[in-house]
Amino acid sequence: MSTATTTDSRDKRGKAPAGERVADWADGRLGIYSLAKANMRKIFPDHWSFMLGEVCLYSFIIIILTGVYLTLFFHPSMNEVEYHGPYVPLQGQLMSEAFNSTMHISFEVRGGLLIRQIHHWAALVFLAGMFVHMMRVFFTGAFRKPREVNWLFGFLLFVLGMFTGFTGYSLPDDLLSGTGVRFMEGAVLSVPIVGTYLSFFLFGGEFPGGDFVARFYSVHVLLLPGIMLGLVVAHLILVFYHKHTQFAGPGKTNNNVVGMPLLPVYMAKAGGFFFLVFGVIAIISAIATINPIWTMGPYRPDQVSTGAQPDWYMGFSEGLIRVMPGWEINFWGHTLVLGVFIPLVIFPLVLVAIAVYPFIESWVTGDKREHHILDRPRNAPTRTAFGVAWITWYMVLLIGGGNDLWATHFHLSINAITWFVRIAFFVAPVLAFIVTKRICLGLQRRDRDKILHGRETGIIKRLPHGEFIEVHEPLSQEQLHTLTAHEQYKPAEIGPAVDENGVTRKITRREKLRAKLSKGYYGEDNQILKPSVEEYKEITSGHGHH
Amino acid sequence: MKKLSVRRRHPLAAVVVLLIALAATGGLYTAFAPADKAQADETAQTLTIEEGKKLYLVGCASCHGKGGEGTSDGPSLVGVGAAAVDFQVGTGRMPAQQPGAQVPKKKNIYSQAEIDQLAAYIASLGAGPEIPTENAYNPEGADIAEGGELFRTNCAQCHNFTGKGGALSEGKYAPSLEGVDPKHIYEAMQTGPQNMPSFPDTTLSEENKKDIIAYLEAVNSDDTVEPGGLSLGGLGPVSEGLFGWVFGLGTLIAVAVWVAARTAKAKKS
Amino acid sequence: MSSQDIPEENLPAEQGDAHGAVKVADEENPFADPGLPPHEHRIQDIDERAAKRSERTVALLFTVSMLSTIAFIASYVAIPVDRSIYVWPIGHISALNFALGGTLGLALFCIGAGAVHWARTLMSDVEVADERHPIEASPEVRAKVHADFKQGAAESGIGRRKLVRNTMLGAMAMVPLSGVVLLRDLGPLPGTKLRHTTWAKGKKLVNMNTGEPLRPSDVAVGSLTFAMPAGLDEHDHDFQKNIAKDALMIVRIQPDNIKSKKSLEWGHEGILAYSKICTHVGCPISLYEQQTHHVLCPCHQSTFDLADAGQVIFGPAGHALPQLRITVGEDGYLEALSDFEEPVGPAFWERG
Repeated sequence: MSTATTTDSRDKRGKAPAGERVADWADGRLGIYSLAKANMRKIFPDHWSFMLGEVCLYSFIIIILTGVYLTLFFHPSMNEVEYHGPYVPLQGQLMSEAFNSTMHISFEVRGGLLIRQIHHWAALVFLAGMFVHMMRVFFTGAFRKPREVNWLFGFLLFVLGMFTGFTGYSLPDDLLSGTGVRFMEGAVLSVPIVGTYLSFFLFGGEFPGGDFVARFYSVHVLLLPGIMLGLVVAHLILVFYHKHTQFAGPGKTNNNVVGMPLLPVYMAKAGGFFFLVFGVIAIISAIATINPIWTMGPYRPDQVSTGAQPDWYMGFSEGLIRVMPGWEINFWGHTLVLGVFIPLVIFPLVLVAIAVYPFIESWVTGDKREHHILDRPRNAPTRTAFGVAWITWYMVLLIGGGNDLWATHFHLSINAITWFVRIAFFVAPVLAFIVTKRICLGLQRRDRDKILHGRETGIIKRLPHGEFIEVHEPLSQEQLHTLTAHEQYKPAEIGPAVDENGVTRKITRREKLRAKLSKGYYGEDNQILKPSVEEYKEITSGHGHH
Repeated sequence: MKKLSVRRRHPLAAVVVLLIALAATGGLYTAFAPADKAQADETAQTLTIEEGKKLYLVGCASCHGKGGEGTSDGPSLVGVGAAAVDFQVGTGRMPAQQPGAQVPKKKNIYSQAEIDQLAAYIASLGAGPEIPTENAYNPEGADIAEGGELFRTNCAQCHNFTGKGGALSEGKYAPSLEGVDPKHIYEAMQTGPQNMPSFPDTTLSEENKKDIIAYLEAVNSDDTVEPGGLSLGGLGPVSEGLFGWVFGLGTLIAVAVWVAARTAKAKKS
Repeated sequence: MSSQDIPEENLPAEQGDAHGAVKVADEENPFADPGLPPHEHRIQDIDERAAKRSERTVALLFTVSMLSTIAFIASYVAIPVDRSIYVWPIGHISALNFALGGTLGLALFCIGAGAVHWARTLMSDVEVADERHPIEASPEVRAKVHADFKQGAAESGIGRRKLVRNTMLGAMAMVPLSGVVLLRDLGPLPGTKLRHTTWAKGKKLVNMNTGEPLRPSDVAVGSLTFAMPAGLDEHDHDFQKNIAKDALMIVRIQPDNIKSKKSLEWGHEGILAYSKICTHVGCPISLYEQQTHHVLCPCHQSTFDLADAGQVIFGPAGHALPQLRITVGEDGYLEALSDFEEPVGPAFWERG
């Protein structure tokens, strides 16, 4: 027993409580007290949007738990067997062991179907959660220094999540996922020079071969989740280390973090939230089918169903592939399959476009300070407009990916939708950018009005000389502070071409570009100046109320 | 073959090909044509045809021509057979309401007796597939699993795994097979209505068709068990994704708002 | 980015100190940070009865969770795995899945709801401010680390002994090659495998539905039939691999509606045999519209005109659908005249 234990917690016999003794023992070996000192009462700010990341973390844990259970029953083998299970419409059909064992899980293992559905629903929620979480971080500017690396970690998790999902979706070897794998073969074949070789190495020969399920299996259960687990841990460590960002408000500064302590409030809230997420997903899995492979049947390369789509997170790549014109160039006995290869190249570029944005913004602003106060989206009009343009781009591609269902459900021509997407791919993001920026500036103007003239109360007053006016109520100091807390940059100027010694300096293209971009961000018409103290005083003392 | 291809530019080649084709189609139609009817029914049959003709002239002739020879608004009905009439009129597709990419299914306004008369008249214009007897399409005892495989090979590409329907080019579509009378499914396979190809008995046997109908009955009827819960339209990942976003993430965000919201404060007194 | 080309003047004034948490009089700066608002009590903080009510609610939620878990176990034991029930408005569903999912979901949700309600109503809700410290190290620490590193590097002699450094880098760069080489046996080399199918002169066209060879008279105008080469069997080890290339789609078009002379010649009296494998990325294309003779791919909507040599008329496919030359053999069955003249399925680099 450590003699350093505080005396007041000892009981009558002079012995510390059991829990304390265990903790002391652990501290002597692991040094947990120094760790706990910094973290046990760590402060977390409360806001619903800060819990989106938790949705992702918890659905990831749920996926791992249920995934481990599924591996106990799943056979990652493509040996052909005849089905003799309880599902009548497939009895006597030839299928791979992978499909057969998935049928077994769904119809014969008690609770197997539930776990399968929880696993798949949690995967959809995981990816959707990451998407929204990423957008929250983007639109509030939480990616700024010092969090750029964590932004990249998060982005990588999203991309790896997509591929883990895709490999998992392919494992049951059903007709729908097999069609997806066949698409993948075609995409790999389109790679110039090495495509054919890559495809043969991937499938162990010609498609479909007898290997891909086993290979995807180890990628799906070991390789990708292993990397993701590492990234999740790193992501969380950085969240702890940086401390959470917060929105502007009274008492909240760039040098503090206001909220509730980890122990007990956050322990209860975040811990409880895990059970809430798990509970919601379990209930969804009790009432809604996902991936009913028994209706799809086993994979055969000569069979297909209409409405063949990947899970939603791959939908935008499906859109790219569907709307691309069929370009193909033949030369010197070779074929350049641009109709497939170009979408294959644009696919990562769509994702990279959003991933690199933080670095572009930090280059334009030249800001190297730490930022812990979040922006309201309207106060960063160009960033917000870029984000909305990107989402629009993504959504247009999603529409393209589901063009057949749009056609049947809205009685449209599939060809017309495809043409719409082809045009919107270029036009829609630009329009979204312009419109969003105007909206942001409008909201900034409204804020400015509110600060200077107060809140519109809706009360109409008649003055003695007959004029009607609306009474404006001045804002409280809390509100005034919150609305004016954001920083506003000035556009960067290109420094003087001649320095103080009279030596002419070469102005590089980069500098010119940067100055131009900076003007686009912070120039006269690109942000509304927040009122200064002088303006405010002049107006409030000058006319009193309006 | 080589000899043939050398002569393919001969002035008479087109005529020969046409003759061959006509002979082949004619031959085919005769092949489909049911065996000669019993002579005893002849008078009754003629009466039915007469009645059918009257109905035809009122409801169909404006598009298909006075003698079923077809116009620019509707194809010729010579040789389409009774099964085609029974399908088209029985599902309400004919008479068509308006031109469009595809003539949709709607409420049928004819009685079965009238449809039979119409069918008899059209069948009298040229032999074609007959209306199937219940024996032919009754799925009793058929092999459901075999039907599933046949469905996935022949039908699912347009009608979806379990017959929920799907899109075709330029606004056309393969309709949902939910709640469609087995007789009409049989007739559709037999006759190939509108843009649907036909699956005649020579390539998809009567037995095969029964299996397919039995499969559809098993996977796409009101009594079909969806073990996992809501089937979300049976449309695959798109509707699943939508559901996951709206009800999965949507619910979780609502829960998160509750978790993070401030607890009600005591009123100041 | 050198700091030279970043004019500092476009950065906004430092926040924080000027706006510190200290309340600044309204007169000076109306926008000043008024500091954390005073803590307001919740009902539970001042009314013990309300607190008791909260306590009971939390306990109730935890109890419901326990009961739910018991119900889960009971359902697992009692409900047979193949029992189905009708639940409005969901439909006929598996009783076990519904019961297990519902009870598990409720058990989990109630734990979460209980914990959160506890935190929200009974635990302290006093907001606390925690100081942040810059992530960057202080200049002294920075200088120390740099100095340590330089010392370490100097002691190792890596900068001085270039031979050691270069050979080490070389060895490290080469060793991963072993791993790459090991991947070679993942699969055989492509060779010309993608150029050939099982089809060959004299191979009969076998109907996929009936397993019987096809006669020309079997194939009606406007009909659609799928075929495979004679000799292929579902039970064969390499059936999947073969059918992935061999699958055939047979249509019959009135010869005078066939626009392409080549198509007409390669068929038999208007019976045309096309590859079923889309030339885009290999989906089994077969959405045949018998009036327009167009065939649509369900995956990416490439549209081909079968009356015109399988030309692409819409969508992302890059080349026409390959047609198989067929004829009628001596015994009256349809048979192939040769293999496909071009590779079937998606294009690849060596396709040419």
